[in-house]
Amino acid sequence: MTIGTAYNKDTFLDNIAKSLGRERKTIGVERPKWKHRPQYEVFKDLGQDELLDELEDQCGRIHTVCKRTQLTNLPHIVKEVIEELGGKSIVSWKDPRFEEYQLVEVFNEFANMDDNKFHVWDPEIGEENIKIAERANIGITFSDITLAESGTVVLFSEKGKGRSVSLLPATYIAIIPKSTIVPRMTQAATKIHQMSQAGRIPSCINFISGPSNSADIELNLVVGVHGPIKATYIIVEDI
Amino acid sequence: MGIKIGEEKFFERVEKGINNDFMRKAVAGAQERMQGRRLDSISTLGNWEEWRNLAEEIRQHTLENLDFYLEQLTENVIKNGGNVFFAETAEDANDYIKSVVSKKNAKKIIKSKSMVTEEISMNQALESIGCEVIETDLGEWILQLDDHDPPSHIVVPALHKNKEQIRETFSEKRGYNKSSDPKELALFARETLRKDFLEGEVGITGCNFAVAESGSISLVTNEGNARLATTIPKTQITVMGMERIVPTWEELDILISMLARSAVGQKLTSYVTGLTGPKQKGDVDGPEEFHLVIVDNGRSKILGTQFQSALQCIRCAACINVCPVYRHVGGHSYGSIYPGPIGAVLNPLLGDYDEYKELPYASSLCAACTDVCPVKIPLHNLLIEHRRVMVENEGKAPFAEKLAMKGYAFAASTPTVYNMGTKTAPSVMGPYTKNGFISDGPGPVKLWTDIRDLPELSKGKDKFRTWFENRDKGGN
Repeated sequence: MTIGTAYNKDTFLDNIAKSLGRERKTIGVERPKWKHRPQYEVFKDLGQDELLDELEDQCGRIHTVCKRTQLTNLPHIVKEVIEELGGKSIVSWKDPRFEEYQLVEVFNEFANMDDNKFHVWDPEIGEENIKIAERANIGITFSDITLAESGTVVLFSEKGKGRSVSLLPATYIAIIPKSTIVPRMTQAATKIHQMSQAGRIPSCINFISGPSNSADIELNLVVGVHGPIKATYIIVEDI
Repeated sequence: MGIKIGEEKFFERVEKGINNDFMRKAVAGAQERMQGRRLDSISTLGNWEEWRNLAEEIRQHTLENLDFYLEQLTENVIKNGGNVFFAETAEDANDYIKSVVSKKNAKKIIKSKSMVTEEISMNQALESIGCEVIETDLGEWILQLDDHDPPSHIVVPALHKNKEQIRETFSEKRGYNKSSDPKELALFARETLRKDFLEGEVGITGCNFAVAESGSISLVTNEGNARLATTIPKTQITVMGMERIVPTWEELDILISMLARSAVGQKLTSYVTGLTGPKQKGDVDGPEEFHLVIVDNGRSKILGTQFQSALQCIRCAACINVCPVYRHVGGHSYGSIYPGPIGAVLNPLLGDYDEYKELPYASSLCAACTDVCPVKIPLHNLLIEHRRVMVENEGKAPFAEKLAMKGYAFAASTPTVYNMGTKTAPSVMGPYTKNGFISDGPGPVKLWTDIRDLPELSKGKDKFRTWFENRDKGGN
């Protein structure tokens, strides 16, 4: 098989058209203007501060610790959260925002203490990154878009932004600039739709709402079945 | 095997379900809790009906133009560097999946929860060529370890098991030696499955919805096993039922919002993952190769018929969580991987009327299922439609119903027999009556009383005709 191939497409789609009792449609279908648009009503009139309150409120329901801080106090809060989560080893995205938000110093300080390890995702060393992430205690990323309604951070993967950082370590920290908060998934979906119309979207987009959990055993909620056992959001007042 | 689970006949399955006290208690409790959570989360929206209308509109439009959207999806998946295989039958799908796995010389397959792979019996197909297929959803893993016990619910497949049973399974099959505390059990699953994830050569997932415009697939989970299955293995195979598609990300938003709220009462599940092709240049994790398998397996036979709306289903199980029949008989009674009202509608369509003729009758037609369906499938009307088709076109009404109807027709058209019957019934039923109810009746009443209690038959004075005659004579 060759990459980028479709098999049996025409017979399959002809069959669908036949079942629908018409000729096959290959062009000319437009998305209708939907009659109902309730998704735009959610938190429609809320300002950024009120959205932040909603986000914080939702965190309580998704077993996620939520801290808010001014930009100046961010390094201190990050250090505090790392300590609360037991430190040891951290893996982070290779993301210019860490420098912009003055976190590099905290990370350096951490890396120079005791037996601690700090790793920045490095595309040059390939799969070694995954192994490091798997052994790490803490994964840290920024949030690209944040959804107030569901307490969700949206992560766009790319070269320096590995999928494993928010998945494999035992705990997860998301740094959320207040400016990234939107009412709900609708606003993120619109953005991705626009990106798709303009070209290709990231190969992986993760919507993450708190730690991994399951209710498979007698419907008891258990946290941390496969992904991180604990999640902490740190919201930065950047606006 | 396909959608069918077990070899027992319908009434044998039902009897087993009704006598399984733990299961019945678990199901009743689960229904209440899930329903409570659902109501709580939809009430925060305030205009739920409008959301349902929109979801219905999107599903109907997509189904009406399914060939167009599948073509668009295919073009975009290919543009992103993936392959698309269209499988008319379960066998076609499995043959392709086996060929991909064989070319990779892969032996260890990790998979996240997927109904369509159950439907096509993919695991058995891969096992037949010497692969180890590991279910990674906690509920599915429990069932797989317990000698492939069938699922009994779409969202919570191991709902019928208690934690003691799970502890026993873990200790027998994997040498587990700790308590039955769900936290300890889950931690054990985490540690065991993490090793498997890291060694998985091929990751196989289902697909909640594909997005035609971007060529993406989306996966909705709480545990994150679908993320693991699509982050570590070098090859990813995604299997989707052909109807699970939306035009753009804007419609994906609506259907995922409806799914999370209707299934588990969450605004969004812990993880919603959108994957577009294999990994891009510079990406470290993610698959190098991506295959999308689009499965018909009987679906196109439903398109264009009076049952087309059944294909609107987004597998949220809200109908199962409110169904009084499911509550009494449990998921295994449906004899299929699709239980509850949606199962009763889908199984005779995806399977056949011979195998599933009783299911459309295993309904009280209370319409609770129709009321909760987030995409407005008229489930109870479709059940009635099945009954009509079976009686009129197929001549396949269940034997008991035919007999009862014939008997009733004879009795009702012969006044002496009718009178005799209604007069003697109370004394005949006497021994079966307790506190005004008959719960274990004989003969034709058995089928009814197996499932629910029958009020005690009246003794003369309350009988309508007797009452009417008395009334004419000036009595009460």
